[in-house]
Amino acid sequence: MTRKLWHFHGGLKLKGHKQISITDSVDNTPIPAQLILPLQQHIGTPTVPIVQVGDKVKKGQVIATTQSMVSTPIHAPTSGIISAIEDHPVPHPSGLLAPCIIIDTDGQDEWFEQRETHSQFHLLEPEELRKLIRDAGIVGLGGAGFPSHIKLQPGQSKQVETLILNGAECEPWISCDALLMQQRPRDIIDGLHIMRHAIHASKCLIGIEDNKPKAIQALQDALTEDEKQHTEIVTIPTIYPTGSEKQLIKVLTGQEIPSDKLPIDIGVICHNVGTAAAIADAVIRGIPLISRYVTVTGTATQQPHNLNALFGTPMNFLLQRCDVQLDKMARLLLGGPMMGFKINNLNTPIIKTTNCLLTLKQEDVDDKQSALPCIRCSECAHVCPAQLLPQQLYWWSKAKDFDKVQDYNVFDCIECGCCAYVCPSHIPLVQYYRAAKTEIWQQERDKQKSDHARQRHEFRQHRTELKKLEDEQRRLKKKALLKKTQDVNTDETKKSAIEEAVSRVQEKKQQQTIEAKNTENLTGAQRKQIDEADARREQLKQDEDPN
Amino acid sequence: MLEALLVLTLLAVIFGLLLGFAAVRFKVEGDPVVDQINALLPQTQCGQCTYPGCRPYAEAIANGEAEINQCPPGGETVIVALADLLGRDAIPLNAENGEAKLEKTVVIIDEQICIGCTLCIQACPVDAILGAAKQMHTVIKDECTGCNLCIPPCPVDCIYIIPLETGLKEWKWPSPDATRTKEDQAS
Repeated sequence: MTRKLWHFHGGLKLKGHKQISITDSVDNTPIPAQLILPLQQHIGTPTVPIVQVGDKVKKGQVIATTQSMVSTPIHAPTSGIISAIEDHPVPHPSGLLAPCIIIDTDGQDEWFEQRETHSQFHLLEPEELRKLIRDAGIVGLGGAGFPSHIKLQPGQSKQVETLILNGAECEPWISCDALLMQQRPRDIIDGLHIMRHAIHASKCLIGIEDNKPKAIQALQDALTEDEKQHTEIVTIPTIYPTGSEKQLIKVLTGQEIPSDKLPIDIGVICHNVGTAAAIADAVIRGIPLISRYVTVTGTATQQPHNLNALFGTPMNFLLQRCDVQLDKMARLLLGGPMMGFKINNLNTPIIKTTNCLLTLKQEDVDDKQSALPCIRCSECAHVCPAQLLPQQLYWWSKAKDFDKVQDYNVFDCIECGCCAYVCPSHIPLVQYYRAAKTEIWQQERDKQKSDHARQRHEFRQHRTELKKLEDEQRRLKKKALLKKTQDVNTDETKKSAIEEAVSRVQEKKQQQTIEAKNTENLTGAQRKQIDEADARREQLKQDEDPN
Repeated sequence: MLEALLVLTLLAVIFGLLLGFAAVRFKVEGDPVVDQINALLPQTQCGQCTYPGCRPYAEAIANGEAEINQCPPGGETVIVALADLLGRDAIPLNAENGEAKLEKTVVIIDEQICIGCTLCIQACPVDAILGAAKQMHTVIKDECTGCNLCIPPCPVDCIYIIPLETGLKEWKWPSPDATRTKEDQAS
């Protein structure tokens, strides 16, 4: 059965370089001496450590979490001792430091506790499944790292028709998803059906680019006849960036997602194949997300292959395992050649969203070509998969006219890099858009801050004015009082002042006379007690006063 | 002739009444332009524009008494925004008012030296300094706008300017233009 497929606008046919890292098996990386776990490995609220330095932790134990909905806990990938909670380089384009938990591993790899396993996931309520998925720390493993349980919560009003598994992996050099599909097809399909059960999707599609025949075959073989009723494996043409969510949905369903909408708004939910396998691990076997497949490849790598690495493993450790020629490596990219970013510190850890370490020799690094003026050839507009106008975006970003940049929908740009790739003038277009996006966010934050400062300033002014007014009133009162005392000389005022004082005292006295409470509605016994007490008091008085 | 005169007079009276009514009924309280200008200003209340705060400066701009290039903390961004709002040409920052700040700063009080005189608390336009007489003072970093107004009154010079740290959330991708000029300077 062949399925009708659609095309998205633009895109590129790129050389894959995938085969060199697709080996027959995955390399289970040994436990390094130290694991570095950033407190934020996902989009959303950062987690807070719940362990202290010196604590002993076991494999799968939660070490950091939050109450926030848009967040997932972080688990210890192996057993060991927390040696520090401090700032450390993290995989981020800025190269800045961020708080991390550092575990000195003990090599025992001891599990935390009896794990909760649910082989009969069909019997669980969607809400329970979502909780299991959240507690297992699962985020989108395709690269964005958005907490998966939120994407599995479509809301009351929204009906999910199609659940799409993204196995496109369109960026060159990366092959971790391909290998995962070859190695663990059954887990991916189990995970898919757990998700299907959680959101009540009517049909499932698994989209895989046609340059991964082994992966397609493995999944086809793993699919049972029953499952074929509602699940279909779709081979799609290899065009970069098919692996982007919106583009994949267009190819598979023909539907386009409006600019400010999400796939769920058209009844589609899209997850990565890696996420599906992680969900199967979490629900069926009770294993939280503590490791992932990572591709180590590139021209400076002598033995490119995929590794199953624990989170927190320093990149250096993986590079050594793949015989990377560190002396010849001119650049280490995290991610692929199109969307990846430079990593300067080799001690940066692998986190939940790390898919590929791309090592490049000096001759393969080509950013020394200086940009020439734009010749308005419009090649960039032809290849843009989001149907934007890269040229206009470039002009306005360069001119720092951020209103115009937003008018041209810079936030729909997926930063795929197609425009910069085809630009004959070698203009780093995506760099301009990224700079513009972060600048706009900065301006929004500044605006919020200045509004806040204005409120505080206005309140302060209001307060000082009020105080001034109060002081003035007090001064006037005092003055009036002073005047009164000066006028006391006359008899009449004296008299009236005395009268006033007397009446004040009387008033006070009246207020002070305490009336006995609870003396009404007494029972006979109580009445009797009171009478007796009164009699005693009377007696005492008489005794004291015999004269 | 007379008819025409009558009709015109009547019309004039009707429209006059209508306009008069509208002027009373739809009267706008305050000056909305001042609010719009004030919303664009950075609200540091630093007074570098020679006016005692952002709102007075906004009023001065609206009355045509001040130019739009007198706000150093706002820099180019604010000048462009003001030019856009008021339909004027953007002009470079007036050097007499100070230099544009490239880096965000806040102040910090050296608590070892502070004598607790409360002068800085009185100077702070946004109540960002906490303390009491003869008690140690401290700056609430999140509320500080970096206006530096607290520095001159301090009798023991214990207030310092420090750059505001940028975390991962505040980090910005550098513009290729900026990195290129840096490289050019280096080479």
